[in-house]
Amino acid sequence: MSQSELTREVARRVFASEFNDSTYAFKESDDERAPNYALLPTGDRANRVFVSGTLTETEDVGEESEYWRGRVVDPTGTFFVYAGQYQPEAASVLRETEPPAYVSIVGKPRTYETDDGTINVSLRPESISVVDDETRDRWVVETAERTLDRIEAFEEWESEQEAPESASTAPTNEYAQMAHEQYDSPVINYRNDVIQALESLETVGNDDAEATV
Amino acid sequence: MSDVRQHADDIHAQFSDHIDVDIEDVEERLTTLVDEYKVPMDEARRSVTNHYLEEAGLEREDISGGDSEAATIEDVDEPEEWIDLTAKVIELWDPRSDSVAQVGLLGDPTGTIKFTKWAKSELPALEEGGVYELRNVVTDEYQGRYSVKLNSTTVIEELDEDIEVGNDTSEVEGALVDMQRGSGLIKRCPEEDCTRVLQNGRCNEHGEVEGEFDLRIKAVVDDGIDAHEVIFDKDATEELTGLSLEEAKEMAMDALDTTIVADEIREDIVGTYYRIEGPTFGRYVLADDVEELGGPADPEELLIKARSM
Repeated sequence: MSQSELTREVARRVFASEFNDSTYAFKESDDERAPNYALLPTGDRANRVFVSGTLTETEDVGEESEYWRGRVVDPTGTFFVYAGQYQPEAASVLRETEPPAYVSIVGKPRTYETDDGTINVSLRPESISVVDDETRDRWVVETAERTLDRIEAFEEWESEQEAPESASTAPTNEYAQMAHEQYDSPVINYRNDVIQALESLETVGNDDAEATV
Repeated sequence: MSDVRQHADDIHAQFSDHIDVDIEDVEERLTTLVDEYKVPMDEARRSVTNHYLEEAGLEREDISGGDSEAATIEDVDEPEEWIDLTAKVIELWDPRSDSVAQVGLLGDPTGTIKFTKWAKSELPALEEGGVYELRNVVTDEYQGRYSVKLNSTTVIEELDEDIEVGNDTSEVEGALVDMQRGSGLIKRCPEEDCTRVLQNGRCNEHGEVEGEFDLRIKAVVDDGIDAHEVIFDKDATEELTGLSLEEAKEMAMDALDTTIVADEIREDIVGTYYRIEGPTFGRYVLADDVEELGGPADPEELLIKARSM
């Protein structure tokens, strides 16, 4: 554990819609203990994420031992959070929290294949905390900002591809390249999710701001 | 608009000793470049300044210094300010892009700051450990962190003196995502000048000792780009949690277990946003000044950006 703490993985900010599309998982080396990454469609790798949203439902779906599933909703979709005996603290928060409640979760993306072959992405929590609406709103704005930064870098990379004469000085963006190869869904979709998320924060009476478009 | 006016003012002040420049004219030239041609402000400024230089038959050196002010590194708290720094090159890093000639860290008695020197500016090379007077550098900001850019108007003069580099204070803003082992109610070695944290009642240096209780938190604050390790000493921990050392001791005594204190604190702070300021010590930031962050900034600006992408 101490080894991995030396190069602690950053907790990426990602909305549920993009998180659930991050179905491609990979490692950077053959080492068995090398960290797993989910590939974000906007072109970054995520070993860990920080998310915030509304816990709307909890259910113990375990058979022999407790295995808690929580649904955590953000403005773009739903995170599916699973905590069992190896995440005792997170499991006890899911057991004891009465939905609906705002929560923040630090956790790791996990992919699994369903019987019909679809790949689902879920969140395995390291910690779950009950938070207030201000923390949740701050997360939405922060996540919007980080997502736009990724989209910007992706689009920059894309336009460099179309202008090969500048290739020698072009910024390399290996995760944009990987996302381009692995995913079909256009990056602009996530921009639309960002807009939707930010609009959901706008309070009534702020309508004149719309005119700035 | 007022921003353009400010820059126009600066340029006007630079030339007022030399030629008769109409401030409205300066402002109009800047506005045309910035609003119509979408040129970044520093480039627009450069272009307009060049125009007047040519008109007046002046060289850049004749006017430089007119608009930039002598500053110290801790003064840097705004992007796009033109300043003069006297600083030491602490470290040079490898540039990640061909457009950058040199990148690294500058220090003066008030702190440290990143600098970038553009390849196209064709400035002389800075050396690690060298002390320089850097006239007319421009400040920049990226996600709350400041840097200075050396540009083609910058004048570099090497000084034959050494300057002391001050304590590097950093500011970290982000979500507290983890509290690490060795947090909460701990015991330290009582030997003079030791203060090591005891592991199972033992000090690494002095063996088995009667420890003294202390409070501290080792946490990770993460902004989605970097994970920073932050240490809260007793005072900072008490302030952050509202839990005093005496109360923590009582709590542990009642539970016959010291770990209850860490559990209590974890529940309180993990998942919350903070802004933390303090000196850096190796890879740690020592929390001097801590502020819990409430609601977000106005999303309007981001919305405009998103809609225009």
